[in-house]
Formats: sequence, structure tokens, C-alpha cells
Amino acid sequence: MSGPEGLLDSAVAERVIARALAHGGEFAEVFAERRSGLTLAIDESRIESVQSGAEEGAGVRVLSGGTTYFAHVDGLDPADLERAAEEAAAALRGSRAEPRPLRAEAPAPLPIERPPGEVPASRKAELLRELDERSRGAGAAIAQASASYAEARREVAVANSTGLFSGDDRTRVRIGAQAVARREGRVETGAETLGAHRGFELFDDDPGAIAEAAADKALTLLDAVPAPTGSMPVVVGGGFGGVLFHEMTGHGLEADHVQKGASVYADKLGEVVARPLLTAYDDGRLPGEWGSDAIDDEGAPTQKTRVIEDGRLVAFLHDRRSAEREGAAQTGNGRRESFRHLPIPRMTNTYIAPGDAEPEAIVGEVEKGFYAVSFAGGQVDPATGDFVFGVNEGYLIEGGKVTRPCRGATLVGNCLQALAAIDAVGNDFWMKTGICGKGGQKVPVGTGQGHVRIAAMTVGGTAT
Amino acid sequence: MSTLAEWAGGAVEAAIAAGAADAEAYAGEAENREVRVHAGEVESLTAATQRGLGLRVWIGGRVGYGFGTDLSPEGLAAVAARAVEAGGVADEDEFAGVPGGADAAPEPTGLTDPSRAAWSPAEIAELALAVERRALADQGVVAVEQAVYFDSGERVAIASSTGAGGEYETTSCYAYLQALADGEDGRETGLGFGLARGPKDLDPEAIGREGAERATEMIGSTKPASRSCPVVLDPTVAASFVGLIGKAAGADSVQRGRSPLGHLLGEEVAAEAFVLHDDGLDPAGFGTAPIDAEGTPRRRTALIEGGRLRTFLFDSYTARRGATASTGNAGRSGYRAPPGVSASNLVVAAGSASAEELLRDAGDGIYVNDVAGLHSGVNPVTGVFSVGASGRAIRAGEKAEPLREFTIAGDLVSMLRAVRAAGSEPRWVPFGGSVSAPPLLIGEMAVSGS
Repeated sequence: MSGPEGLLDSAVAERVIARALAHGGEFAEVFAERRSGLTLAIDESRIESVQSGAEEGAGVRVLSGGTTYFAHVDGLDPADLERAAEEAAAALRGSRAEPRPLRAEAPAPLPIERPPGEVPASRKAELLRELDERSRGAGAAIAQASASYAEARREVAVANSTGLFSGDDRTRVRIGAQAVARREGRVETGAETLGAHRGFELFDDDPGAIAEAAADKALTLLDAVPAPTGSMPVVVGGGFGGVLFHEMTGHGLEADHVQKGASVYADKLGEVVARPLLTAYDDGRLPGEWGSDAIDDEGAPTQKTRVIEDGRLVAFLHDRRSAEREGAAQTGNGRRESFRHLPIPRMTNTYIAPGDAEPEAIVGEVEKGFYAVSFAGGQVDPATGDFVFGVNEGYLIEGGKVTRPCRGATLVGNCLQALAAIDAVGNDFWMKTGICGKGGQKVPVGTGQGHVRIAAMTVGGTAT
Repeated sequence: MSTLAEWAGGAVEAAIAAGAADAEAYAGEAENREVRVHAGEVESLTAATQRGLGLRVWIGGRVGYGFGTDLSPEGLAAVAARAVEAGGVADEDEFAGVPGGADAAPEPTGLTDPSRAAWSPAEIAELALAVERRALADQGVVAVEQAVYFDSGERVAIASSTGAGGEYETTSCYAYLQALADGEDGRETGLGFGLARGPKDLDPEAIGREGAERATEMIGSTKPASRSCPVVLDPTVAASFVGLIGKAAGADSVQRGRSPLGHLLGEEVAAEAFVLHDDGLDPAGFGTAPIDAEGTPRRRTALIEGGRLRTFLFDSYTARRGATASTGNAGRSGYRAPPGVSASNLVVAAGSASAEELLRDAGDGIYVNDVAGLHSGVNPVTGVFSVGASGRAIRAGEKAEPLREFTIAGDLVSMLRAVRAAGSEPRWVPFGGSVSAPPLLIGEMAVSGS
């Protein structure tokens, strides 16, 4: 059942919308959700933290004169929904819109070959045991290994006073591996993840490779030297290296920041913000990707949006409200963590499109620089554009070659300057999974790119 | 007995009926409100009710966890079935066991404030608007990205097959804003915030002023030169680092060999000026309750005193594994997750130095107003950190020009050992858990700028 009616009866939804608009409002919406999931972990070679849960509930919002009234409840009984409608409308006084009859749509959810709920839990435990063995087998210096498995299904239905009535059925699986290496008093950690908007088929080819990758990172760092300090060319690796673009540019393109003037890109639409070699997208439809869905959490179909075209900023990412505010089209970026949250503009899968440069040449042209393979995470202030990233796997570049691994590096800079300083984009490309936090809401996002070089950036290391 | 306690009791019975040897249920119920304002208008007004239940079961040495929002008898039976099934997947753990019947719990007072429920939506909206207005009154503040008010009334009931458990109720609220100021060479932001049990104790004037001052004082900021120098950590920054110390002191990370404090019990880990308690009973702390997340009484525990690491923090599992007693430090983020070791309220003892005296003592150095990237810039196993920072230069014992885009680096224990003085005015900060910290003067720290 892919339509919305398995979760939300259309007659009930119409009644709830009418009740939400009883005291006024231009727009009302009910968002219903059923979510279930299983997580487990292996630590000290023991399966533990096995957690299984199921929740359902709904959020009702009413828009009136620039103000959003929102209420959410646990439970999907008609009485729960009507209570939410009443609470949302309680503080409202004003003219009301006439809701339109609902027209049910049934967009096709992303295909799931093997629903994880139908795979025995013991198989998931076996998967974790394999990860554990692969980590521990990677080297004698691996002192500890741990790994986790998570599956989640979210069935959602959304109905609103414009007559929209749609739904989605989303299944995601993700595994992660962590390793700790110790040698002669030195301790280093490594981590790797694999996730998708797919079923258990994601684990058909060698999921254990991520455990070896995590262990290899930790082992490599045992030989690390303190990271250098100062301004230098920085080559950023592909895949999760894209988190740099996600943080330093992606968030500034989310239209809510833009409309409040709290984005450094606010007055830059149509302007050149990068060199012509850079083109970037947000694409919520990439098959199987972690940040993909059939519709966003306001019922708008997801889409591929070009945000930077040959160095020129060409689009912002909108939810319904931000699009309406400036007469722009929705871009399918209205996302929410759950029925307990209001939708806001969010990235889906954001990436720098592959360029022309050979990855070897990108490094080869650097006399003295830094190679950031992956990040522990980052933070950006969209209003100032200042950002900071922790590098968890980084190397020195000396004489055009990647040489020694470095520990404790942080990249510090400003979005506009760093984006304009990208002077090479590699022809290699891959995607990685991330969990993005904004306004207290966490949503799954994809990041991607090939190797990218920033001509100059501040590396804050511990080398003296 | 409250409905909540009845649900918890019913879930324990359902678990035993489903085949569990022991069970513990945590039922939580909350009413939350949130107002967001921008440019003198209410942007959103949210009202929410939440209730749900989490159930931990023990079958031999195996532990399983289930949770759900359906609290009907059928719903509780489904949660029990999920938990028992989850337990079947887990491996046996010799230290697993249901928390025992506890001593009589203390009864901390002042955890609720009737003004939380009494204030109308219009009144709390006006509070948020007042915060924004105050910030905008400051010359140099061009806008407020948003001002937010949030409050919560929470009830918790815990029941167990051993008879341990209890019930309590708390209220809390906070307001914050992000003020924006424009200088010639770019935009600056400033955070202001306040915490209380109820809105009547929030001071919108002070919150708005703080955001405005923090934004405007950064106008014209430049990058400092790289060097090693004395650093004063603002209470908000000190609190973030103290939160990391609290995590490192958790017995779970210690027992699993993943704590920078693991081998330092009884050793000198800090200068005498740095004294740290975990206090689960401080009436002003948001982590305060009569019992922890598995029914053990909360208490006050000295963590670092006389420069030495006095103990780790234990829940019932880590206590059994460490052949000691729980310190009442089981915490949980709600009914969706099982309890784990966490600090309750971390309280850094105030020193005797006024803010001015701390700056004078620093002489020539940097005042750090804000740090970014703490979650990515700190290695939780080794305690080695390098984080982005902004703040003010300290020249001749006074705050001077604003500084940005630099990093401070070191490791947690070295930093604690280098604490030269603690300020006399501590503040409750919600970053890094619930922490009360004064400003701290660190004798020497590596600063990386241009």
C-alpha cells in the first residue's frame, strides 16, 4: 500500500483540516506518521543494546498571517488527531480559508527489495559479528572494535487544505564500525559507515569492508605526526569530503536562512560565487541514496535542483512557506525529523558534480599542503559564513605527493572565500551518508563529490 | 497511584507474562510549548503532548529493550513482546541484572514552577518578543535571526519487578536569541540565553542584552597570531569542556577502555583551583530529580577535588561490573532509549577572582567567548582537542580587540592541570549537559591563527 490512506482515512483528514481552520487561517495540514525500528550493537565482541520500538502520531499546523500554529500528539486515533487540530487552532483568531476536498495521490515509494523487518534478527547479529571480526583482524594494534546496525521504517501521510493528500513509505538501513588502535601509549580511533534508503540488499556485497576501513584509519593514525598550522592548499577527499560543501554552502542555500538575511548567500542569487569549474546539486531523487524520499514532508515531490551552475548561484532550497513568501516554486526540500517537528527547508543529497581533473594531478600540483580525506564533522554559522571542521583522517602533501598522516587537524575558514578558492574538481565521484542537525531536528542527508582542491585555507594543527 | 505509574506497572507485568525474568519500565509524559519570533512577529507557536514507555527486560544474562506510544493493554503487551524478542538476540553478559531495590530517595524541592502552566500563549509570546526588542534596541544590532521561548512540564514514573522505582515531576523553560550585527567587513552573531523553572524567573532584558553585546563586541574582528598564551574561558565555553570531562568520567567509557581519565583514578588530573562535583540534587540544576533513570536515588559526588580524580560515575550495570555501588548516574534521553551512564548536573566550584581580576591575572592573552566544532574536534578516547574559537584579545589585563577564526588546541587533562584560577561568578549552562561553571583562567594554551 503506497497511498496515504493506509495511515490516514481521507474523511478523518478532511474533518481534522476543517477543525484546524475553525477559528481562522489560510492553510491547514495534518501529517501522520507510523515509525518503527530496530537497533543493535556489538561491543567487546558481545551483541548488546538491542532496541526495538514503534511509535505513531500526528502533527497539525495552521498558517495565518505569517504565523504558524502547530500541535502534535502521540497516537493516530481520530480523537487524537482532532485534539491536535483543536490545540493548533486554540490561539487563532482571524479569517478562514475554505478547505478543498482531498485528492489522493499515490507516488511510488523508493523500491525496497528485502524489507529488513522480514530478515531474522539473528542475521543482523551475524552481520555485526562479521564486522567485529574484520576490524579485529585488521592488525595486532587494534585494541577495541565496536559496530552498530540500525533499520527504520517511516510511513507518512500528509493532507492539506489545498486538497493535497499524499504519502510515502521509507525504509533505511545503516551500519557503522569503530575501531581503537593502541601502540606504545598512543591511542587512535577510526570510524566508517554504510547506509542507504534501501532494504537489507544493501549488505549483499561485502559490508565487512567498512570495518576494515575503520580499523585501517585507526592504524594509520598511529604513525601520525601533529598536523601543520597555517594557511596552505587543501585537497579534500571525495564522498564524505562533501560534508565541507554541505556545511559551508548547502546550509546557506536553505531559503529560511536566506529570507531572514541570515545567510551569506542572501544577496548572491545569479551571481558568481565560485570558479566556472564548479557545478553543484541537491537531489532528493537519487535512487537508493540515504537522503532520498519520494516526497518531502509537506507532500511535494522531491527533485533534482541545480544550485550552482558553472560557478554561478542559481537556486535556493525551498519548503512550501519559503517558496510562497517569494513566489518561487517548491523544490521538495520541506523536511521534518518526525511528526513532532515543523517542516523547514533542508538539504537531501547535496553534491559537487564531477569535474575534469585527475585526482592524482590535483595532489601532484601541490608543493606543500594538506590532504583531508574525511571529517569528524563540522559547524558553520550561516549568518557570518565562519566554519570549522575536524579532520579525522588527514595527510601532509609534500612535493606533490601524499606523505605522512596527521592528527588533530581542524580546518577553519569562511564560506564565501573557501568556495571561491576551489581551483580543481576531480572526475572521480561518490556519495556518503550523514545525519544533519538544524533547529533541533536531525534528518538523513547524502553528501558527495570527487577530490576537490581549495587553493588556500587555514589549517589549525598542534604542530609547534 | 498515577496513570503513569499504572502504565509502568502494567508493562512490567506484561514483560513477565511474555517470558522475562525481570523487567523495568519507564513511563514519561510531557507537555511542551515553543514560541519562535522574528521581526516583531510570532513566527510559530507549538503545543505538544507526548507520552510513551520504554521497557527493559532481563532473561538470564541477556537484556532487551522495547518502546512504544500505544499504552493500551494490547499496546503494552506489544512493547513487552518486542523487548523480549530483542533480548533473545543479545549475547549473555555476566554483569547484566535488574537494578536492586533502592534506599529511600531524597526529596529535592523546587523542581516545579506553576508559572509554567499558568502563563498563556500570549504571555510567553510577549516574553520572546521582549527578548528580541531588547536586542534590537542596541545600536549595531541589525536583526535578530530568531528569538525562542520553550517550556516543558514533565512527569516520569519508573517501576521494576524488584519493587524499585518512583515518580517525579519537573518543569523547565528557557529563552534564547541569535542577534546579528554588521561591521564593515562582515556579519557577526551573538547568542544570549536564560534558563529557569518557569517563565516568571526569566529576564528577557538580560537575555536580549547578552545576545546584542556578544554580537556587537565582535565587529571588526581579526585573526590572532599563532602562539601559546594565557586563555580565559567564558562560562559557556568552560561548561562545554566540563561536559566532556563528565563523559570521560562515566564508568562505561572507562571500563571499555575509551576514556582519557581511565587510568587516572586517584591521580592528579587538575590544578587545585579546579573542583568538580556531580550534583543530582542541586535545586537549580535541570538534571535534578529524586531518582535517576533506573530508580536509584540521586546524590552529590565529588569528582575532582584537591586536584585528584576521586571517582567515576556509575549506573547499576557499571557498578556491578566495577564491584562498587551506583552513584545514581543512570540517565536517559526519554523513553525511546535505555538508560546509560551520564552526569546529572556538573558543578564547577566558584573561585574567589572577580571577572576583572581574572583578566588582570591573565595579563596578555585571549578571552574565548565561543567555541565551535566540539563534537568533531575532540577525540573522546584520548581527550586531544582542536576546536574553532572566537573571542577577545586580553591586553594589559583588559579585554581588547575582537578575534575570530582561530583554534585552541591541547588535551583535556593538560588543560585542567593548567587552570590557574576559577572566577567567582558561576552560571548554569545547557551546553554539554547541565553544567554550572564560572569563567576559568588557563595558564597556557596553544592558539592557532594566522
